[in-house]
Amino acid sequence: MDTQNCFHCGLNIIKKEEIIFDSKSFCCAGCKTVYEIFSENGLSSYYDFEKMPGATPQAINGKYDFLDNEKIIAKLLDFEEDKTTIVSLYIPHIHCSSCIWILENLHKLQKAISISQVNFPEKKVRIIFNSEETSLKEIVLLLCSIGYEPYISLDNYENAKAKIDRSLTYKIGVAFFCFGNIMLLSFPEYFEVEEFWLNQYRGFFRWLIFALSLPSFFYAASGYYVSAYKSIRAKMFNIDIPIALGIIVMFIRSAVDIIFGYGQGFFDSLTALVFFMLLGKMFQQKTYNFLSFERDFKSYFPIAVTQINAQKEENSVPVYDIKKGDRLLIRNQELIPVDGILISENCQIDYSFVTGEAVPIHKKSGDKIYAGGKQLGKVIEMEVLNSVSQSYLTQLWSNAVFQKNVDQKHKTITDAISRYFTPALLLIAFASFGYWIFIDTTIAFNSFTAVLIVACPCALALTAPFTMGNILRIMGNQKLYLKNAVVIEQLEKVTTIVFDKTGTITTNKKSEIMYSGKDFSSKELIAVKNVLRGSNHPLSRRLYEFLPSLENKISTDFEEITGKGIQGTCDGNFIKIGSSSFVEHSEKDNTNATSVHISINGKYYGKYIFDNQYRAGLENLFKSLSGDYKIKILSGDNEGEREILEKLLPKNTELVFNQKPEEKLEFIKNLQEKGQNVMMVGDGLNDAGALAQSNVGISISENVNVFSPACDGILDAAQFTKIHSYLKLSKKAIWIIKMSFTLSLLYNVVGLSFAVCGKLSPLVAAIIMPLSTVTIISFVTLASNYFAKKILPKKAGI
Amino acid sequence: MSIIYLLITISIIVALCFFFAFVKAVKSGQYDDDYTPSVRMLFDDELKESKSEKTKIETEQKLN
Repeated sequence: MDTQNCFHCGLNIIKKEEIIFDSKSFCCAGCKTVYEIFSENGLSSYYDFEKMPGATPQAINGKYDFLDNEKIIAKLLDFEEDKTTIVSLYIPHIHCSSCIWILENLHKLQKAISISQVNFPEKKVRIIFNSEETSLKEIVLLLCSIGYEPYISLDNYENAKAKIDRSLTYKIGVAFFCFGNIMLLSFPEYFEVEEFWLNQYRGFFRWLIFALSLPSFFYAASGYYVSAYKSIRAKMFNIDIPIALGIIVMFIRSAVDIIFGYGQGFFDSLTALVFFMLLGKMFQQKTYNFLSFERDFKSYFPIAVTQINAQKEENSVPVYDIKKGDRLLIRNQELIPVDGILISENCQIDYSFVTGEAVPIHKKSGDKIYAGGKQLGKVIEMEVLNSVSQSYLTQLWSNAVFQKNVDQKHKTITDAISRYFTPALLLIAFASFGYWIFIDTTIAFNSFTAVLIVACPCALALTAPFTMGNILRIMGNQKLYLKNAVVIEQLEKVTTIVFDKTGTITTNKKSEIMYSGKDFSSKELIAVKNVLRGSNHPLSRRLYEFLPSLENKISTDFEEITGKGIQGTCDGNFIKIGSSSFVEHSEKDNTNATSVHISINGKYYGKYIFDNQYRAGLENLFKSLSGDYKIKILSGDNEGEREILEKLLPKNTELVFNQKPEEKLEFIKNLQEKGQNVMMVGDGLNDAGALAQSNVGISISENVNVFSPACDGILDAAQFTKIHSYLKLSKKAIWIIKMSFTLSLLYNVVGLSFAVCGKLSPLVAAIIMPLSTVTIISFVTLASNYFAKKILPKKAGI
Repeated sequence: MSIIYLLITISIIVALCFFFAFVKAVKSGQYDDDYTPSVRMLFDDELKESKSEKTKIETEQKLN
């Protein structure tokens, strides 16, 4: 059964490395240690809630040394007074009930922690601890040791704690309070029984209703007046204008009715309307708290780096305090935060996140290294050339075009309809007023106000929020997380799809390696592998891992010639591995693909070709997409893959290589100027500009919890092949909205026919309005669920 | 019939009490996270059970 999977983390166990402890199997020592910690402290219930909930703790040597720095700690803490200290940490691994349980029982592992509370949707844990008995660093290290490593970046350092906006919740509360009470109080009037006591107390009831409607009118609905006023000033007709107009007219008419004793007014409909519309607003405001769509380099940057001072001592300093001329120490897998000059002999830097180039770049002592690269291999030293704010990456980011312009938002479909709706409504209102004024002034005013009241487009205004909100949730369940509902409308309008290559249509995980040339004997293969063992070059590491595990032998005369290759003797065979010129192989490379050549004892054998691995299902996806959309590929990489891509993808796919981040942005801009609606699918910081410029920027991520550039949506990489289905669903969503608009217009026609005749009684309004609201909401919800099931069938068991 | 004034005043006051309770709850952040408490609620039971089981075993051991 689960003998194949680790008891702690659920990964497949490699038979050789299996560790059996307490009659449970673990994949590595790390997982076993976590299990030990838990079982020693009586926390083994962790494994009861969910099967295999854990994560393997990662090596963290020195990574959190910056938490010794008081200045940094002070920025991270939420609250500090005397001994009580509160900190909120973002932990990406939080994913199940076991996680909540273990994190809320931290006090059993560390006595100084008094309370720890998890916020699951935000993936945050709030820890209250005694700062005299323990430190933030100890807590972070404790979390790391049990596999819950917090993610601390420069973003935490800068951001003031964002205030939570709860005004919508308050407004809904107020609106519901008023609506409920007014409904109860207006009940007697609905029956219009001419009883003595009813007549007696009518005034009391009406004035009470009037008083109760005030908070709803002045507070709960205030957002609509503001929005309507703004849109009038901007000379753009949005849906809030007829809504605000309807509400205000309804209030004035009802107030007049009550004051002069004409009737009970429409306060019940008014408050119901406000309540339902606020409810729709809340439904649409589905946010993915644990994701951030506005990320910039700050969430990618570390908070502090190791600085070496004149006395050769290592200190952690905040990134912003780095000055020109400082010496920094960058460890394996750490990010280079500033531009500088390499002091160590040589290093490998992975710039894939900045440039899209997949293969790490080799740098020698004295070379300039740019911020944003990830250091691979042993520790390096560098001297700082520019401070953070002046580094290449930061400057690129501050470039205005890289900021997503919020105001460029297109007109939503509701607003577009409202452009015709509002004038038509006013026309009908004035026409009926003009007709009745010659017959009866009272009826004229009544019908004029009634038209505006009954036609108040609440059904119209509710359609989009409920459809979009529902679709947003459905897509979220299927792991496409959209920033907001407007993105769905933009998805529907897409005509051109631009894909990034590295990391988007290829996976970062592993590259396929192919061998072409003369076969090795098993002895020669052992020799090759053992020579490779001595090298730290990423290609050597990859090739080393690719070759089957063989016995270890000692290679002699090992030499690594920078930029060319490695050589060594093993078992009497002299082996050279490296570029074609290095192994004295004359044949010209025409594929352009990354390859490593091998010669043994001066004789050329063949080469290993490193192939970018494309995502499974890519071919089918592109085939189906090419029917409906124009597809283009933009890559920061060289043309090495052109031939393979051309074979793989539909014929009309345009391929553009060697694109810098600015050029990618420019490319998208050009397409837009030609009238295309562009969807950009990318992954790294190098696509950030293009993602911002495009109409819809979707960022693809192997792990949605880690950084992705600013975008409109984040797609789980495993769902890559579903892109076409998401697009189809967005089209259906718009269709549903249009259908529902037709439906609500029909209601309006019925209501208007009452209104124009001057016969709209409060009772009719109280029936028509909720009825239309309920039918519209149920129609859009059922329809969107139906299409979602048809287009995006859920896999069983997920 | 003037009792109706009293009754309605009481009912409005009760409603207002609930309304202020709601406002207080929102202010204290109860509506910020609507998922975790639902899971947390189940843990407490679990813990008590295991504790009582433990004490049960312990007492049994003592008795023996």
